[in-house]
This record gives sequence, C-alpha cells and structure tokens, in this order.
Amino acid sequence: MSLKTILEMTAGGVAKIQLKGKLDAGTADDFQERIEEAAGHKAQRIALLLEGLTFMASAGLRTLIFAKQKMGATVDIYVIGAQTQVIETLEMTGLNHSVVIRDIYDPAEIEKV
Amino acid sequence: MERIDAHPTHLFKGHKIRPGKPYPFGATLVPGGVNFSIFSHHADYCVLLLFEKGAPEPYAVIPFRGMFSKVGTNEPEWADFRIGKVFTMTILDLDHENIEYGYRMDGSSYPRAKHGEPGIYRFDPSQILMDPYAKSIGGRDAWGVVPDKSDPYQHRSRIVFDDFDWEGDRPPELPIEDLVIYEAHVRGFTRHASSGIKSSMAGTFTGLREKIPYLKELGINCIELMPIFEFDEFEHSKYDEASGKWVKMNYWGYSTVGFFAPKAGFAATGRIGDGTMVADELKTMIKELHRNDIEVILDVVFNHTAEGNEYGPIISYCGIDNPTYYMLTPEGYYYNFSGTGNTLNCNNPIVRNMVLDALRFWVAEYHIDGFRFDLASILSRDPFGAPMANPPLLEALAFDPVLGKCKLIAEAWDAGGLYQVGSFPAYGRWAEWNGKSRDTYRRFLKGDCGMAGAMSQIIQGSPNLYRGRGATASINFITCHDGFTLYDTVSYNNKHNSANLEDNRDGANDNNSWNCGWEGETEDPAINALRRRQIKNAVSMLMVSQGVPMILQGDEVGCTKYGNNNTYCHDNELNWLDWTLVEKNYDLFRFFKHIIALRHAHPILRNGCHLRNQDWKGTGYADITWHGTQAWHADWNGNVIAFMLNGSYVKEGYDEDDFIYVAMNMHWDALPFDMPMLPPEYQWLLSVNTSMPSPEDIFPPGQERILDNQQSMLVGGRSVAILLGRKKQS
Repeated sequence: MSLKTILEMTAGGVAKIQLKGKLDAGTADDFQERIEEAAGHKAQRIALLLEGLTFMASAGLRTLIFAKQKMGATVDIYVIGAQTQVIETLEMTGLNHSVVIRDIYDPAEIEKV
Repeated sequence: MERIDAHPTHLFKGHKIRPGKPYPFGATLVPGGVNFSIFSHHADYCVLLLFEKGAPEPYAVIPFRGMFSKVGTNEPEWADFRIGKVFTMTILDLDHENIEYGYRMDGSSYPRAKHGEPGIYRFDPSQILMDPYAKSIGGRDAWGVVPDKSDPYQHRSRIVFDDFDWEGDRPPELPIEDLVIYEAHVRGFTRHASSGIKSSMAGTFTGLREKIPYLKELGINCIELMPIFEFDEFEHSKYDEASGKWVKMNYWGYSTVGFFAPKAGFAATGRIGDGTMVADELKTMIKELHRNDIEVILDVVFNHTAEGNEYGPIISYCGIDNPTYYMLTPEGYYYNFSGTGNTLNCNNPIVRNMVLDALRFWVAEYHIDGFRFDLASILSRDPFGAPMANPPLLEALAFDPVLGKCKLIAEAWDAGGLYQVGSFPAYGRWAEWNGKSRDTYRRFLKGDCGMAGAMSQIIQGSPNLYRGRGATASINFITCHDGFTLYDTVSYNNKHNSANLEDNRDGANDNNSWNCGWEGETEDPAINALRRRQIKNAVSMLMVSQGVPMILQGDEVGCTKYGNNNTYCHDNELNWLDWTLVEKNYDLFRFFKHIIALRHAHPILRNGCHLRNQDWKGTGYADITWHGTQAWHADWNGNVIAFMLNGSYVKEGYDEDDFIYVAMNMHWDALPFDMPMLPPEYQWLLSVNTSMPSPEDIFPPGQERILDNQQSMLVGGRSVAILLGRKKQS
C-alpha cells in the first residue's frame, strides 16, 4: 500500500500533515516533500495525523528526524493518533523523546502558539 | 547534473546493471542502486540472488558472468562482472529496503567435499550463501522464534542505510585507567519480568537504554556487552518433549554468523522484520550511553564462526572460500583451537582485512569505544596454528588509524592451550583480561596463606606481568560471564552444572571458591552475613587495585546461578538479572556504589603507570608501602596484607590526593592493625569497614569518620578496612 499525504496549514501556522498507508523507503520522499512544503510556509508547529498510518519503517524515522532538523528546535512536532505499532517504533528507537505524542488533535493545545 | 554512473550498461531479464566497484566489499548504496562485491579466491562461478524479504525463492538470479543485453540496442553481449578475484556489479533501481540477497558459488577446478567429510573446498552451488560483509542479517529477527529449518536460506543478507542522526555524538574517550567496566548481556540485563521494562522491549537494546540511570547510579562508565554480532540462538539447541520447551539455547552468543550485523533478536525493532531499524535502535542506545558518559565495549568473537566443522552448516564463509577463511589440516580437517569446531584463519590477509574492516565499521558506524577479543590468542596463530612472534593481525589492529582511540582488550588464551596472560603481543596498545588476578583475588579472599605476595602484585596492576606496559594493561576481575557469580564464589565449593545436561562435566573445576561453611543456599544468619562480607571484601580488593576493574552484571546485588559456572545455554532465570534483588540486597548495591565512588574520587587508585615502591619525589613516603598487622612489616606468608598509597604520587606525581591505607585481613579472627604514622598535619579517616553491618560499613565521600585512635585499629576477621589520610581542617 502506498502512502497518501495531505498538508493543511491552519491560520495559526500549524502544519497539519495527514499520513495514510505505509511509510517506508519507497514513500518517505512524499512525506519529506510535505515537510519541505511546511517549512516553506514557515510553520510554527507540525501536527502529524497518523490514524491511517499502518507501518513505519526506518526511512520514516529518518524523515521524522529530518523534520526536526529542518524545522529547528523551536518547532514542536506533534504525533497524533498513531497506532500502537507506530508508537512502539518511536519508543524503541528513542524518538518518542523528540516529539509530542497525543491521542487526539486538540486545537486548544496545538494551535496555541 | 545527472550522473553517468546512475545509468545501466547492461540488462539481465529486466534488471539494470553496471560494472561494479570491488571496494568496499559487501552491498553498498550508490547513486541509483546497490553495488555488490564479494571475494573468493577459488570460485569461478557466482550468481547473485535477490529475494523479497522473507521469501523462500529468489525473484531474481543474476550471474556475474554470462550473456546479458546491451542497453540501448538490446543486443546480446557476453559480460564478466569480475575484477581480479572479486565478483562485483551494481544493480540499479532496487527497492533496497525490501530485499534480501545471497550468492551461489562453485569452483569447477576443485573437488567438492561432502557434508561430514574432510575437504579443502566446500563449494556447493545448491547452497545460498550469506554475504560475509552483510550489515544486516535476517532469518532470526525476533529472539526465540523457532526457525523454519526447511528454509533454504537461513541467514539472509540485507541492506541498511547509514544515515543515522548521531546529533553530534562523540565517543567519551575516557582514559582507560578511569574505567569501571560492567560486563553485561543485552538480553539478560532486562529480560526478567521484574525489570519493569515493557514486555515488548524487555531483553533488548531499548530495554538496556531504559536502565542507563541504574548504571549511572552505580558509577559505571563503561559497559562491555557480551556478543551482539548476529548469532543463532537455536544453534545446537534441543527441544525437550517433557517440558515442551527448547533447552540448551546458544544464549551467550559466542558463535558468530556475521561480523558486521547486530543481533536482530536483541532489538525490539527486530520483530518488525525490517532489519534496518535494528541498527537505528542499537545506535540510539549507544548515543544515549555516550550522553551519560558511559563507553561501550563489544565482546567480539573472531576466533571461529557458527559454521562449525565438516558436519556444520554452510552459511557463508566455508561455501565461499573454505581454505581462505579457516585453518585446515592438509587433509582438510578443521583445526579447532576455539573448542567449537573451527578456527578462523585470522592471519590470512583476506581474513585479516575482514576483521579490520569489521572493527573499523563498528567504530565509524556505531561509535563503539573498544573491543574485548574472545580467545584472542588464536589471533596470534599462523594458518597452521603455530603461534607467531609478530602476528600481523594484532599489529595491524594496534596501529590502525580508525581504531586509534579504541580500547583493545585480549582474552589472552585459547582452547588450544596457548596461554599468553602477561605475554600477549601488545604493541603498546593491548590490555588483557588478567586471569591471574582473578585466581589470586579468589585464593586470597578465601583465606589461603602465602598469597600476600601475589596480592601485592595484583594491587599494583601486576608489574610482574606488565612491566613496561603500565598498570592499564591489566583488566582486573574476580568474576565474569564464564564461571561463578560473586555470590556463588562465596557460596559454593564445587560447580553444580546438572542443568546443562552434560553430567556436570562442563565448566571449570578450579574455581578457587569457598562456600563459607555450607554448600549453597542456607538460612544460617552467620553464614549469610559472612558471605555478604566476603562479597564486600572482594569488590573492595578490586576497586583499590591499580589497573582497570571489571564487574559482572548482577554481582552488585548478589545474583546467583545456584552454583552453575557455565550457563552458556540457559535462556531463563539462571541468566536473567532479577531486579527484585536491588531492593532485597540493597546493602550490597549501596556498598558497590560507595566503593566505586571511592575509586572515582581518588586518582591515586587509578595510576596509568606502575608505582615504583620508591619515594622519588622526596616526600618522606614511597608511592606505595607495604604493611602487616605491624606498620612497615608485611607478612608475605600469611593471609593478611596492608598497604598505603601516597597521594603525592598521583599521575606520576603531577596531581595530589589523600593518603589511602587499606588493611585486608583474610584471617578468621579480628586483628589489630597499626597504621603508619602520617605527617603531623594529617589524620586518619575511616571510609570503609566491611566488618561492620550496613549502614556502618561505609562512610560516603566527605562524611568519612575521624578515627579516635590514630595509631591502631581492630580489623574484623575476613574484613577489609580503608582509611583516608587527609589534611586536618584548620
């Protein structure tokens, strides 16, 4: 299954990126392009909506790290609604310490920049 | 600008191919594709097989020599993708994250040895061979999952990225004399249900990472991991019908399948079957250890491989080039200096380069800080097994630029009887597991008379063995994975290895242990108190010795293996650290913390060079002086020794420390010890007294107790006392 990515910028400067499918070496470039786009919009925060993401391979992890570097230390990355497998992958590789993991998208928290 | 090297020159059944590059060996990501390169001195036939991950059959079989199609014209063209004796080609447009690869090889000029029979060449084109340079190996992705023995390709080469974000990680590069090494097993460290680690991550690199605060609290600044190169936990394993369990697992892992790939079963991410995340997980663990100023040393096994002898499986090396990779008799039998069936031909230039490449890879790619070489004396043997005066592999390792700041530690013996403790070809670099220090510590600890002289050498970092090499050539230890735990050393006179199902024949018989009056577990409070004291005595002796101390995982909380001194085959509580012991034996843990902190706080305990037993600065006291129950009168024939270190001789006299006086009374009765007289402005403070029950056995740094009697102190039977001679505060 391929990856579908949708980027939406909120008025408050949050880049909401929806990912559906599998994030692996074959699809990581699509995700990276959305990150580049978000950077172009000078996003204040990134919210990754991962309800539909079924698998994340190491290429996906690398793209997350790329996102952290690209956006800079001041831009928080929220991981929203990730499935257990994806969260475990983040935990196993220590990336859970570099992102904010939430079950649902809470505008009151995330859009309060 | 588009690069020409991303364009194919040939096609083979739709696969786009370019001539490859011979170096580096292995599978390397290059622009637009993957470069495959494999050496064989004797093979004249080689095909590359590409699989989807886990698939039993390859989806592509590409020969290195044969009829291809020319790109552009589609005309048939003969091509031979080989440079010298290296088969190499670049395949373009591969989904490299989702494939596995292997080779088939043959040498038509050479006779093929049959399975179970001796032979120089073991070519078998029906076998699929793993790449010796594979950076990731599939087939045993999750620990303990019973393998499908009908799979024609059991250990499968995979391709990994090498773009991990180290976030500026640098190896701590701690001076070796400052290390306190903790020997640990990745799985055993957190597999026990009491570890508090999530079950999906227990027994893995992630689990170990979660326990870094524990190591930090203990004072560890170097963790030495038992083998983490890919191995097969089911090698030689047996299924026990009665219990319905697999028994006799290859738990310790001293049997390498691939020298470049981390053990997938030690990674929580291994279960995903992805392969490449295993590397990420291990690197994250190392990065986090480094952030906590903890170095990582790998226990590496280059003396043999998992292929065994003529009855063993053909996994890789023997099917690629048997006489290059292994030491063989003229009849084609395997020399067996490892005791496991075969011996890697380490001083063959090809194998030597493979060892160097592997170690450089682990340093450059995984930021590893050092290596402990299992049965390292084998590395000094020539292709026929004779010890070499100037072994090129050991010399090359010592002078290698990439390994320039690594710790290199030899287990300076092998199973063929070559014992080189004190005489290992060191080239100014190598340190050794000092097996003689282990024996001396143990014999002195149990009260053998006449050991004081030998102890005095160990306390100084064994200048009798390492003169000219310095104290740091000596890795001091009392216990390691091989043999009794410290608790068992003071609880058993004899090994109890029946669980190994070898009629108690396996394991060492010369344990130099003493059970304190009862074999094994007892409710006798006096015996249990004595055992605790002996454990404290042991670690005290270790921590006040010059050289580099190493402790075994779990000794700090009184781990037992119930007298089994060879638990290589047990994936169960015998090898899993029981974390409830931290609370149960908190006094031991507290004592270990204190004695390690004492070592860290006092550089006089950590000189790189040997002390001279002289007052060459004219301070009034030699750097080290020897005493008995009477000051200045050592009794070399008894079971008592005391010594004083002069803090003016730190780091060859360039730094200052307290005086340190240590009285070791391994006699059964309490004895009065007269301390040497200090300069008038100094006084004695008590730091450690193992004869006292916890918490009076230690006084933390800065809270040491000033002794009322500055001339003499009563040291309890089988006890160690440590005093600091410090300037009085005005």
